[in-house]
Amino acid sequence: MPHVAIADQTSELHDPRSFITKYIWSQDHKVIAIQYALTAIGVGLIALVLSAMMRLQLGFPDTFDFITPNAYLQFVTMHGMIMVVYLLTALLLGGFGNYLIPLMIGARDMVFPYLNMLSYWTYLLSVLILLASFFVPGGPTGAGWTLYPPQAILPGTPGVDAGIVLMLVSLAVFIIAFTMGGLNYVTTVLQARTHGMTLMRMPLSLWGIFTATVLGLLAFPALLVSAIMMALDKLIGTSFFMPAIVSLGEQLDYTGGSPILFQHLFWFFGHPEVYIVALPAFGMVSDVLAVHARKNIFGYRMMVWAIVIIGFLSFIVWAHHMYVSGMNPVFGYFFATTTLIIAVPTAIKVYNWVLTLWRGNIHLTVPMLFAIGFIFTFTHGGLTGLFLGNVVVDLPLSDTYFVVAHFHMVMGVSPIMVLFAAIYHWFPLVTGKRLHDGLGKLHFWITFLGTYAIYLPMHYLGFLGVPRRYFALGSTDFIPESAQTLNASITVSAIVVGLAQLIFIFNLIWTLRKAKPCSPNPWGAASLEWQTPNVPPRHGNWGQKLPTVYRWAYDYSVPGITSDFIPQNISEDAVIRDAETSGDVDDHSDKGSHT
Amino acid sequence: MSLNFFRTLQEKPWLQPDAVLPERVMDRSDINPKKLPLIVFLGIVSVFFFLFLITFLARSQYPDFQALAGETWQPFYHPQQLWINTGLLLIACVALQVALMATRRQNIHTAQIALCLALLFTLQFGAAQLLLWRHLYKLGFYMASNPANSYFYLLTALHGLHLIGGLFVLVPVILRSFGFFRPATTAPQQRPLQPPRQQQLQYSLELCALYWHYLFVIWLLIFFFNASSPAVYKTLAALCGY
Repeated sequence: MPHVAIADQTSELHDPRSFITKYIWSQDHKVIAIQYALTAIGVGLIALVLSAMMRLQLGFPDTFDFITPNAYLQFVTMHGMIMVVYLLTALLLGGFGNYLIPLMIGARDMVFPYLNMLSYWTYLLSVLILLASFFVPGGPTGAGWTLYPPQAILPGTPGVDAGIVLMLVSLAVFIIAFTMGGLNYVTTVLQARTHGMTLMRMPLSLWGIFTATVLGLLAFPALLVSAIMMALDKLIGTSFFMPAIVSLGEQLDYTGGSPILFQHLFWFFGHPEVYIVALPAFGMVSDVLAVHARKNIFGYRMMVWAIVIIGFLSFIVWAHHMYVSGMNPVFGYFFATTTLIIAVPTAIKVYNWVLTLWRGNIHLTVPMLFAIGFIFTFTHGGLTGLFLGNVVVDLPLSDTYFVVAHFHMVMGVSPIMVLFAAIYHWFPLVTGKRLHDGLGKLHFWITFLGTYAIYLPMHYLGFLGVPRRYFALGSTDFIPESAQTLNASITVSAIVVGLAQLIFIFNLIWTLRKAKPCSPNPWGAASLEWQTPNVPPRHGNWGQKLPTVYRWAYDYSVPGITSDFIPQNISEDAVIRDAETSGDVDDHSDKGSHT
Repeated sequence: MSLNFFRTLQEKPWLQPDAVLPERVMDRSDINPKKLPLIVFLGIVSVFFFLFLITFLARSQYPDFQALAGETWQPFYHPQQLWINTGLLLIACVALQVALMATRRQNIHTAQIALCLALLFTLQFGAAQLLLWRHLYKLGFYMASNPANSYFYLLTALHGLHLIGGLFVLVPVILRSFGFFRPATTAPQQRPLQPPRQQQLQYSLELCALYWHYLFVIWLLIFFFNASSPAVYKTLAALCGY
């Protein structure tokens, strides 16, 4: 792949001068990344509060008057949509993608900085449109985050007037924002890598972010298509998805559309979306594990292949979300098979993470704790995915809390574990200060153990047959009364975990205000983003001269080398060797011969 | 390209430290830097239209779907108007290609004339599409009255939006070819790799020509889908497994 002039420009790009161009209408990828991250975390906190309200209702029914059945459904919907799209996608790709891509490949900025800025402001607009739906008559939509027609746009569902329209518009705007950002990420990775940075020398974080971006660019159009068609069904009265239907005793004008068609479109987006969130997390956790275990990542090539294969497979498994909608058994068989196949590359990744730790020099720092926590939560969440991938097991479990527990473990908690690992890991790079260790560990243990206190019993509730999405259970013969006790305990755990996030926010603020600057590369990381002349990196990242890359990003604990890591931009001649052992380390193949 | 990618995936990065592979170090300032992003973008747009057309096929198999062609009383039984519009867009595409080739031969005057023709015929196409809409509307084919109509209006509207997006690029390129919007003179040493004006025009025209050819292909698909008979839909849907 060719380099583009932008990577080699010696003059600084679009030099910002005033406060506004530097921090608000900024075209610097680092500032845009922070804007993305703060917006995403802000809106994520709203979604966290919504989940707490849902839990209050479930744990202590008939206690809180302001949680009406309608409000409950609205909380469920907004919580799901915000967390999946506006928090996780935006934070992982808009936040970390923006920050890490140019630094890790040795570029001065994204290839199209202006488009990048536009991407953030469009994203902010989509968030504002979404939040506006809280303030319109009828409130936000309560159709569930999957927005299935016909109920999403028929009376009886909360927010059927303005709420659903705002949701669809907001999603469309978000997709435009993502496309602008995604074009930038892909082009930058392919065309702006610095000298010596081959694709296979990129850290796995970048492979994850890059593949996830490609997935997003191909999958989000499906959501856009379904949003456009549903908006037309709602506003103009077309019948793309709306069947001939009687609503509230009245025959509507809709003629015979197909709600299943919407489900196919939605999940053609929705399943890759899982991996849009998971792949960057896979990548970043690999880097965190390697750095803090002082060992090269086990099976780098296999990890890259697994990311690419998972990305491909994620497009042919979508209908496993639709087993209960009914389908030709042959299709069910096909989708169950592909779903189980996708577990193979995923399992390879889990083994490689564990094998990276094996005989590593493990430093139990806060990022490492979160990374190891991720291996646990992801394995547990992934295993229940194998249950649900089978049609016969899915049918009875699909509408129960088992599914809620499964997807929260696998794509809620797990990416968030990695996000915390990544924030604790890269915070010194972004700010020049290290987050407080003790507070970080407290935050980790409450979050990690609390997660299990919430979601393990939830699997059990699912086995009992407790249905999800219900505002209140009422009295049902097959559900014992003890289920309510369990629900109450889950609620208490959830609130404790929610409050524990305040420790994290306090830690952020305290560190920014009071902590002393730390050393420029406190973890001793070998990848390029830590090798900038200034930490935090200045505008243009690399000073006058772009770095040259001589090696991959995982040269840790190389035998015979004095330092326990070799940065990517250190040439073989510049490496300082132990005097007595320098004779027998010429052959580098011993470092990675396991692949 | 894809072979290259598979070869790349087989590299063993932990071997050969120091190997700075020479072909990846060159400046390659002769490569059009915006071509890759445009191709990626058109890929995304392709997915977008592809999904619409797939749902079109699926939806066409439901009993309430009344195709716009196939029977004598349907508006596209004789789709002359569609052929005329196709011709207009085709001329615009050819004109852009001529402009591009003229620029490569440094023949700026021919390029200017061809560019103006391209713009003219693109606008003609847009106007003709609007007339087509009005014609159908007068015949009583409203957007919501049948899914076939809905798809026709929706797909042509999206194609129109795609075209308007292209105009936002084409019009400045035309103005620049006539000497407007000269970039503010920057000291050459500050922007050493800035391509000269001629080359810049050529780069822009390469992108525009690609975009317009793409628009034309999409239009052909939309034409085909809207002017086919129910039997064709049935065959295609059967091939897709519906």
